[in-house]
Amino acid sequence: MSRIASTFAALKAANRKALIPFITAGDPAPDRTVPLMHALVEGGADIIELGVPFSDPMADGPTIQRASERALKHGVGLKDVLAMTGEFRKTNTSTPVVLMGYANPIEAMGWDGFCTAAKQAGVDGVLTVDYPPEESAEFAAKCAAAGLDNIYLLAPTTPEARVAAITRLARGFVYYVSLKGVTGAATLDLSEVAARVGMIRGNAGLPVGVGFGIRDAETARQVAEVADAVVIGSRIVQEIETSAPEAQLDNVRNFVAGVRAALDR
Amino acid sequence: MQMYDLPDARGHFGPYGGIYVAETLMAALDELAREYEAARHDPDFQAEFHHELRHYVGRPSPIYHAKRWSELLGGAQIYLKREDLNHTGAHKINNTIGQALLARRMGKKRVIAETGAGQHGVASATVAARYGMECVVYMGAEDIKRQSPNVFRMKLLGATVVGVESGSKTLKDALNEAMRDWVTNVESTFYILGTAAGPHPYPMLVRDFQCVIGDESKVQMAEQLGRQPDAVIACVGGGSNAIGIFYPYIAVDGVRLIGVEAGGNGIASGQHAAPLSAGTPGVLHGFRSYLMQDANGQIIETHSVSAGLDYPGVGPEHSYLKDSGRAEYVSIDDDEALAAFHNLCRYEGIIPALESSHALAHAAKIAPTMSKDRILLVNLSGRGDKDINTVARISGIEL
Repeated sequence: MSRIASTFAALKAANRKALIPFITAGDPAPDRTVPLMHALVEGGADIIELGVPFSDPMADGPTIQRASERALKHGVGLKDVLAMTGEFRKTNTSTPVVLMGYANPIEAMGWDGFCTAAKQAGVDGVLTVDYPPEESAEFAAKCAAAGLDNIYLLAPTTPEARVAAITRLARGFVYYVSLKGVTGAATLDLSEVAARVGMIRGNAGLPVGVGFGIRDAETARQVAEVADAVVIGSRIVQEIETSAPEAQLDNVRNFVAGVRAALDR
Repeated sequence: MQMYDLPDARGHFGPYGGIYVAETLMAALDELAREYEAARHDPDFQAEFHHELRHYVGRPSPIYHAKRWSELLGGAQIYLKREDLNHTGAHKINNTIGQALLARRMGKKRVIAETGAGQHGVASATVAARYGMECVVYMGAEDIKRQSPNVFRMKLLGATVVGVESGSKTLKDALNEAMRDWVTNVESTFYILGTAAGPHPYPMLVRDFQCVIGDESKVQMAEQLGRQPDAVIACVGGGSNAIGIFYPYIAVDGVRLIGVEAGGNGIASGQHAAPLSAGTPGVLHGFRSYLMQDANGQIIETHSVSAGLDYPGVGPEHSYLKDSGRAEYVSIDDDEALAAFHNLCRYEGIIPALESSHALAHAAKIAPTMSKDRILLVNLSGRGDKDINTVARISGIEL
């Protein structure tokens, strides 16, 4: 069983929901990423989503765009992100790490080279925003062969037939984008989310995570009532952005712990 | 020449093109592809499109023999396809009319566009006014500073111009921001993409709307000269004017197709915008094509005197035509383009766009190597009034 699958199985047995925080690798500086990953786990993260910086993050709002720009100023590339994951794995062998990013850095490394290096570094899943299933069958097969879970996005605009087709390809969990828009946008219609997640669950034999637009512990708790996992990105990146350097780890850990407490309530 | 019927149903030109977008946009692109397929085969849609091109744009645009300049160069005869004489001063309007008619057909009341130099923004604002639609144009903050007359033009036409502060604050970032708007407002909004790039079906539909340039050229050349040119030359940024004039000639044997990229400070300097000449394939802005990128797959900044060619990617059909050998791609640097700009002003009384000046410069380079009975057809894709501030600044003149 993959690290992601066993994590969800253990959570289910304990009747708990997964908390998946996101940070951009290399933000605010390369040497901060591994300590931040550990802080996320200490705060109660079940899975870590690690953003791979890209020069043209088309699906991201301003907060994560700025995180990407900060990381790119330090020249952080996919190879560095894999090295950070390897470093994290030296002291944490249980928390799954999912890379979230765009196709081109993976293309530049090459599919085979990426799959081998990612597995070796201890990466568990890959979510490539601009690789829809039609263009990524071969990549998905290579991921599967390497033991990496390929995670797909589902949108409010995805028709049910397509949901069924995508969930057949997906591994690990499926990620429902809870609003039309970019990461970090403002409003979330909880009743619509509930209806869509129900439909997705009817099609998928996989856990359903929900993300985009979850900004506080209370919203996270409400989303967790209908989903298996809650993804929080922009809000945590914002915590990093607005904290004094010496307070970053504590503030991030405390924010995640607050969400954790709400989910476990 | 084999039958050419690309792209395939999912927008592939060989290994290039396709649909590489976030899931949120997939349904909108499917809808657009379906609607376009219907419009393409709808005689009423086609009739209205061509009526607008004739009565609003002023088509057909003439083909003009640049006789004095050809004599000066002393070789092949240079003919110009005068897209600069279109309403709004460039080929861009052909595409924006087509897409605005599609938007209306789909019941969308709000259109958005990205723009670099502002030409596509002006052409989008123009058709939005013409058809009574709300229009928002995304433009890099750097470009807004460099192109203030076009910003004012868009505002006069009733558009809202939104400055983009992310990334390099230029065309590619404006495109990112337009995509973000589209993701957010996908149900009410039609995205008028400005070049033959982006996810399928954009490269195909922009080509189809622009190929009126090549269709007319074939007829006009036959009428005026009784023969087709030896070579067709066009500048390539995203590549819409080039594919518009190339496409009808793809199946015509004996006509060389030459795309001219922006060489900036020279290919060797690394400061250019010539992905076909010096880039590698990758994925950006929803499609696979040649790109300017570093070893990490990050998109690198481009340099060109011409804002309209300042783009790190290129339409996927050009990547295919390059690999297949049907078209050749070369580059012209800033200085060569400026020299051609001045020559056309002085010898033909035509102020060309700096973009088009790249195609002119390549014609000037090869014409002297050819005999006087040879014919070069250059797509003069736009007029240069918009560029006079840039040229003055380079010449050290204050206006």
